[in-house]
Amino acid sequence: MKVRLIYDIALSLLLARWRQTLVAAIGVTFSITMFIALLSFMGGLNKLLDSLITNRTPHIRLYHQLQPAKVQPAQLYPGFKNAYNFIASIKPKNRQLDIHNSGAVIAALHRDAHVAGVAPRLQAQVFYNVGVTDITGLLNGIDAAAESRLFSFGDYIIAGNAADLSAVTDGIILGKGVADKMLAHIGDVIQVTAGNGTHLQLKVVGFYQSGLQQVDDVESFVAVGTAQKLLGEPGSYITDIEIKLNDIKEAPALAKVYGRLFNVDAIDIQTANSEFETGGNIRTTISYAVGVTLLIVAGFGIYNILNMMIYEKMDSIAILKATGFSGRDVRNIFILIALSIGVIGGGVGLITGFGLSAIIHHVPFNTNALPTVHVYPVDFNPRFYIIASVFSVLTTYMAGYFPSRKASKIDPVVIIRGK
Amino acid sequence: MEQTAIKAIGINKWFRDQTDFRVLTNVTFSVNKGEFVSVTGKSGCGKSTLLYILSTMDTDYEGDLYLDGASMRDKKEQELAVVRNEKIGFVFQFHYLLNEFTVLKNVMLPGLKLARYTAHEVEHKAYEHLKMLGIKDEALKYPNQLSGGQKQRVAIARALINDPLIIMADEPTGNLDKKNSEVVFDIFSELAHKYHQTLLIVTHDNDFASRTGRIIEMVDGQIVGS
Repeated sequence: MKVRLIYDIALSLLLARWRQTLVAAIGVTFSITMFIALLSFMGGLNKLLDSLITNRTPHIRLYHQLQPAKVQPAQLYPGFKNAYNFIASIKPKNRQLDIHNSGAVIAALHRDAHVAGVAPRLQAQVFYNVGVTDITGLLNGIDAAAESRLFSFGDYIIAGNAADLSAVTDGIILGKGVADKMLAHIGDVIQVTAGNGTHLQLKVVGFYQSGLQQVDDVESFVAVGTAQKLLGEPGSYITDIEIKLNDIKEAPALAKVYGRLFNVDAIDIQTANSEFETGGNIRTTISYAVGVTLLIVAGFGIYNILNMMIYEKMDSIAILKATGFSGRDVRNIFILIALSIGVIGGGVGLITGFGLSAIIHHVPFNTNALPTVHVYPVDFNPRFYIIASVFSVLTTYMAGYFPSRKASKIDPVVIIRGK
Repeated sequence: MEQTAIKAIGINKWFRDQTDFRVLTNVTFSVNKGEFVSVTGKSGCGKSTLLYILSTMDTDYEGDLYLDGASMRDKKEQELAVVRNEKIGFVFQFHYLLNEFTVLKNVMLPGLKLARYTAHEVEHKAYEHLKMLGIKDEALKYPNQLSGGQKQRVAIARALINDPLIIMADEPTGNLDKKNSEVVFDIFSELAHKYHQTLLIVTHDNDFASRTGRIIEMVDGQIVGS
């Protein structure tokens, strides 16, 4: 009953000044709209940029690194056990770059419940032979089907078809930069030379563009078998095993486990691409800061209008108090006014914010670097809407609190006497 | 049964500006239930100030104040608001109606706040009072559509809504012409004689005062005659 009465009075005061109320509500609507549109857009861009890395990068990569032996023979010898050994000029151990027993490792990973998929890879340094010039490059022997499924390989093929890699014997998908340098077209036959001197004729079946210039200028893709043939290695020779996990957050922990278990080097995506996460965090922080600033500005608008309203309604406040409304009742009335402005303005803002995000999501955005993207990316994350709601209520409450406290302290005697 | 509606003992009040100015000096008096009392005096003699203290709106005073036998001395702001709501009806020189609400709603507000009756019953009572005061037809108008005399009658209806212990009025006819003053006085008079409503009216209109049951005369913050 009492709440209804307070609500009743608040509503009447609001309607009596509906123009000012509308202006205040529009202020909130505008700021919530911009807040949501800004964060959705920024979130979408972040996701896109992250996906440039996360989609095509294995969550964990198993490989062998060329490195000095961790334990030197001198340290193993029992006679030197209590001595301090100085060993100068240590060199990396000569060992094979392939992963031992790769078939069994892949089979074990397939059985692992954390793993969404596994793709073998074989990397080899090559020269692309164009006339008298050799262009250095990196040849990846891949399982095209697995790469497409796990790491969206197919999305970055701008001409030809990823599946042709396994269908066409000795097919090659050239990086766009490499192809431009070699003036190669689909169907052309090109020659590559491996580090060991082996030549191989390969048929161009497609072009690949990742959007990262350094990659596109160097890398090309062939089937695993083709790469093994080029290197003169047996069918079990694989230099990398790429793992996609069900949960990317487990990567750092699991990388350590796999590294120990299979006796290989293992690197997780977070370690390999830490700068991306940092960049994303900074962008998110900036957009939140701008969004919150908008809300605070709207809060000042409400503060002003309530202050004005209280000056205008001094008489009404005095009379309410004289007829038995306590300071707390008066305060609640004005806080309710502020909150209604916030809730209504904010509610409309959520809808228009969604609308604006949807419009942004329909604006064409074509760039060579991002072959799969045709409109501006927008992240329709419910979290932004929740934050916006909470903030609109919070700032309007704060904006209402101080004027309403002033209203509650108005001394009716001063007002009534003043006449 | 307690017969004293309001009792003031040794009320002193200073206005503390640059220099202290004593407005009220040892004001002691009481009003019995059913009495029709007027407080008169020249402008600036402290009669309005006294009324605001009696009405519990002004708490900055020395002395003791009893309303219906209960001391107002140590009550908190919120408790005083409840007292005003329940026990005191106000009529001011200016009507002080809320322009955002209809006449009916203006009358109902203190009743809704008290919530002793349902909204429906309060509305019924409000209509009864408006009818008694002859302004039933104006119930759904807004205050700014009424004449001064009508507004003052609405204010009286509002003062009556919670069946108050006492109605206090501060120069209720001060802003009205002779004819409307007469109407308002007749209403007060009827309330006092027919309904035995306790009334405490502050006025500088000696003609008005002389027709009330008892006159308290004030000079320079002191009661000189009662």
